[in-house]
Amino acid sequence: MNIILSAVGGTVVLAILAIFVGLFLAGIDRRIVAHMQARMGPPLSQPFTDVKKLFAKQSIVPANAIPWLFNLMPVVALASSIAVLLYLPFGSLAPILGDAGDMILVLYLLIVPSLALVIGGFASGSPYATVGAQREMVSMIAYELPLAVSVIIIAWRLMVANVANPFSFTTLMETSVWDVVGPLGIVGLLILLILFAWITPGELSKVPFDTPEAETELAGGILVEYSGRNLGVFSLAQAVKTVAMIAFGVIILLPWNLSPVFGLTGAGAAAVDLVFFFVKVVIVSIFSVTVVRTMMARFRITQVVKVYWFIFGGLGIAAIILLMLDAFLMGGL
Amino acid sequence: MKLTPSLNRSLWVFHFNAGSCNGCDIEIVATLTPRYDPERFGVKLVGSPRHADVLLVTGPVTNQMADRLRRVYAQMAGPKVVMVVGTCGQSGGVFSTSYNLAGPIDQIIPVDVYVPGCAPRPEAIINGVVTAIAKLERLEGGK
Repeated sequence: MNIILSAVGGTVVLAILAIFVGLFLAGIDRRIVAHMQARMGPPLSQPFTDVKKLFAKQSIVPANAIPWLFNLMPVVALASSIAVLLYLPFGSLAPILGDAGDMILVLYLLIVPSLALVIGGFASGSPYATVGAQREMVSMIAYELPLAVSVIIIAWRLMVANVANPFSFTTLMETSVWDVVGPLGIVGLLILLILFAWITPGELSKVPFDTPEAETELAGGILVEYSGRNLGVFSLAQAVKTVAMIAFGVIILLPWNLSPVFGLTGAGAAAVDLVFFFVKVVIVSIFSVTVVRTMMARFRITQVVKVYWFIFGGLGIAAIILLMLDAFLMGGL
Repeated sequence: MKLTPSLNRSLWVFHFNAGSCNGCDIEIVATLTPRYDPERFGVKLVGSPRHADVLLVTGPVTNQMADRLRRVYAQMAGPKVVMVVGTCGQSGGVFSTSYNLAGPIDQIIPVDVYVPGCAPRPEAIINGVVTAIAKLERLEGGK
């Protein structure tokens, strides 16, 4: 009983925290983009204002839409984004659901918000949304390859180094993969870092991989028919998914904590690590989402597939070879 | 469907060309450049009328566009504001005697704010947005 209560309470607290951090991240993102374009930009609270406005607006269900699917999908997207967070450790705080889930489960759960978008797009009965949904599916297929490659090779390297439970997040937070590899492995991990930085905008449908939403040619793509509350819930889901995806990358490749440096223990350590974790999330988001999105224009959908399969797929294979050689040289095999 | 302070701070704009000569549209694009930066006030150009709070219409309405304009207006979620940019939208301008006009915009859909000029300068368009915000605040206070 007590466990269930604490899990429910933890979920609510985590959901509110994630929505807050996610919208704050969106605010930082818009502000930095504005500064890079030599303008002032909106206040940091702008995403909060936008969501508040959307919730106060009318929600239209188009005549062509399938109403129950159309209205359900934003909620599914938000719920599944929050569900990802239940399995992730934040700093030295253990995941709310403990060791119930591992990296493979999170890989699957990260697909669900995009799938909800796809189903919502098809259910809205607009040709723009249909094209957008098809593009979203194609780009999901594209970025899944390098993402799966990087996750599995890291777990494999940990396994070779005789770490128990290499797929578990608690293991990843305790044993940094950077500590078990040699010089060749470091190069491989740096490649994986680059890979992850480029998968993140694809997963989050940001420029240059925002082909499914493509405002200029698809008028908003998947979201074209969504308005009011439904659009607001989708933007909350996007905010939470941003936090979840970047947190996933941070846990896998940048898992250090600050508390051992200061020699802290107990609640103080948890607080310091939590703050440090979110600082890392903000920094990674600035480098892999904001800067990239200001620098680049949008890829065509064929280019998205080419980039992810051939360039980043090739980099992934290079990283696999480097880490295998490293394991061989370090005497793990 | 109520007016809230957050609406005034986050106006999303959908731009509709109802047969304009493109002069006003270029001025609208100039308004969105870093020099004027309307994103400071939360103003954003969106691609779909479903997302928009403000319908920015330019040009006299041609016969072909009249029905499209009505449909785009109906597709917007309330509360919504219609803003006319340019002289053509108010009176037909140089096209006023054309055989192909369905009339100025306010004969097709209800209009809240007019920005006169051929073409209006970006400052005038921003002033129009400020007027729209003032009108929203007035309506909000008066309800």
